[in-house]
Amino acid sequence: MPARTFIDAIRETLADEMRRDESVIVLGEDVGKKGGVFLATDGLWAEFGDDRVIDTPLTESMIIGASIGAAVNGLRPIAEIQFADFIFPAFNQIVSEAARMRYRSNNGYGVPMTIRAPYGGGVHGALYHSQSVEAFFTHVPGLKVVVPSTPYDARGLLRSSIRDEDPVLFFEHKKMYRSVRGEVPDTDYVVPLGKAAVTHPGSQISVIAYGLMAHYALEAADRVADEGISVEVVDLRTLRPLDTETVLESVRKTGKCLIVYEDNRFGGYGAEVAAIVAEEAFDYLDGPVTRIAGPDVPGVPYNHVLEEWFMVSPEKIADGIRTLAAY
Amino acid sequence: MAVTRGDTTTSLAASVGLADADLVEMYRYVALARALDERMWILNRAGRIPFVISGQGHEGAQVGIAWAFQRGHDWIAPFYRSIATCLTFGMSPRDIMTAQYATASDPSSGGRQMPGHYGSHEHNLVSVSSPVATQLLHAVGIALAAKVRKTGQVAMTTMGEGSSNQGDVHEGLNFAAIHKLPFIFVVENNGYAISVPAARQVSVPNVADRAAGYGIPGVVVDGNDVLACYAAARDAVARARAGEGPTLIEAKVTRLTGHSSDDQQTKYRSEEELAEERGRDPLPAFRAQLRDAGILTDEIETRFTDEIKAAVTDATDFAESEPDPDPATALRYVYAEAPEPDGGPA
Repeated sequence: MPARTFIDAIRETLADEMRRDESVIVLGEDVGKKGGVFLATDGLWAEFGDDRVIDTPLTESMIIGASIGAAVNGLRPIAEIQFADFIFPAFNQIVSEAARMRYRSNNGYGVPMTIRAPYGGGVHGALYHSQSVEAFFTHVPGLKVVVPSTPYDARGLLRSSIRDEDPVLFFEHKKMYRSVRGEVPDTDYVVPLGKAAVTHPGSQISVIAYGLMAHYALEAADRVADEGISVEVVDLRTLRPLDTETVLESVRKTGKCLIVYEDNRFGGYGAEVAAIVAEEAFDYLDGPVTRIAGPDVPGVPYNHVLEEWFMVSPEKIADGIRTLAAY
Repeated sequence: MAVTRGDTTTSLAASVGLADADLVEMYRYVALARALDERMWILNRAGRIPFVISGQGHEGAQVGIAWAFQRGHDWIAPFYRSIATCLTFGMSPRDIMTAQYATASDPSSGGRQMPGHYGSHEHNLVSVSSPVATQLLHAVGIALAAKVRKTGQVAMTTMGEGSSNQGDVHEGLNFAAIHKLPFIFVVENNGYAISVPAARQVSVPNVADRAAGYGIPGVVVDGNDVLACYAAARDAVARARAGEGPTLIEAKVTRLTGHSSDDQQTKYRSEEELAEERGRDPLPAFRAQLRDAGILTDEIETRFTDEIKAAVTDATDFAESEPDPDPATALRYVYAEAPEPDGGPA
């Protein structure tokens, strides 16, 4: 099985799906000749041409709004938002339109559309090239939200997202694009939406994470293993629909739960996971449901010292594990 | 639609390339839309339905413009005043009236949306929301798909001049013009965005003047002249189908009612102004035009009066008797559902 980088897996999957289904198109800023600012769409324009790989003006609302219309009229658009930080001009189209179209039309219309966006910090991107925006969208019924952490999952989940009948936000941590490699089979496998994975079995503490944090959680688990703390890591992979069953099964086994997310702590996605665990696994808990998350400042600062201060790291997670283990 | 169905053609009909029968049918839609709309207000004031948003004054432009499109093939992303547009494009009086009563059988939304948010997959009418002008981008995307898939379809959207100030309009027109999409933007300018007059909303005399900024034709048409609206739309559709790109059509219409049943327009419009506006009603104007041309006869008028009254009453009685949606269904269709094994609803 060939090893591939995270971004290779995404690029190859886009090309595969466009070959498989001629209704799939890609649109966004610089996605054509340039192949995207991260090269996620490199080569697509040369293979599929102007009609199916469309360089748009700098108009995020139009990218999403026109994708909705294209989906209504028989295409399966993959819209790229160049950085997740720039998704907000399209917020109304995503939340008021794409998410509500099926419900408000009583199943008359659906919007099979995938919105890809690089997210996350630790890359010297400062306030506006580092954000984690998933919580804005996981709140909204009608949307699905996917955050893969491995090349294998990126490929399998992207396939599922493109083939899904509803709008899916597919967030890719940009720090992982070239730093994460993994085995990716050349088969037409899919990873179903809404299924978490236990990526490190353990018995004393459940660490729930996704995206880059799923890697950091594994590193943290290794660090504390030497100290005799057995950690189970659950990689959520899909944030909505949440695989509640896998999360609760792990927590009922370990009795302790630490949730890790890079986004601002207050009202972040992990708060919902914490609430579900507290409500549905209370009788099994041997300690408080805790969180390690980004600090509550309006963005990731640029200076490297400040950025390090902001970012959740394997060591910060390990500290959280130690504190909870001692409880 | 533009299908010649009759065998007589007066010079009036010939002037826009239609047959007399087309004009008679267009008149029927204008009159039907008005009668339905008036009944909605009566039902609201009688406490039968909680809310009305009206198309009175817009019907002539709506029927004239919609007539230029091919029903069941082309697409329209309507707005909340599009009663006549939706009727002309295939929705029935029952379809419109069940939306007022929010019944389970309301084809627009199954009683989930406020009245006025019409939509029908069966008739290529896109489901509409309340944040204004969002639907323009959907029509642009539909036109993009038509071009990519080479379907020959044209997509139209329509809205008021107030909505036309939204940023989505700029983003969509720019993109549609760049790619010469088969897209038509109709502005039904009734002079008011709820209470704010057009002079406080639009910095130029006509919304259509903005078309120049996109390098596309901008056409101003008298919205009370049904046939002029048809001719403008017919030309725009021909351009779109020929791959020549979008057109902006601004129809100057009048708003004969308040913004909605919750608005009292005498608070911000003078009696003199309102009286003058009533003189710009497209219904009597179109009627007089067709009578003068000898197309609309006493016999046809009597028949229409009876038929329309019967259709409106039937739609009202039907909607009154239709059941409310079952709360047990309120969780459905958040996401696509797997088809049932027996081939039932998807």
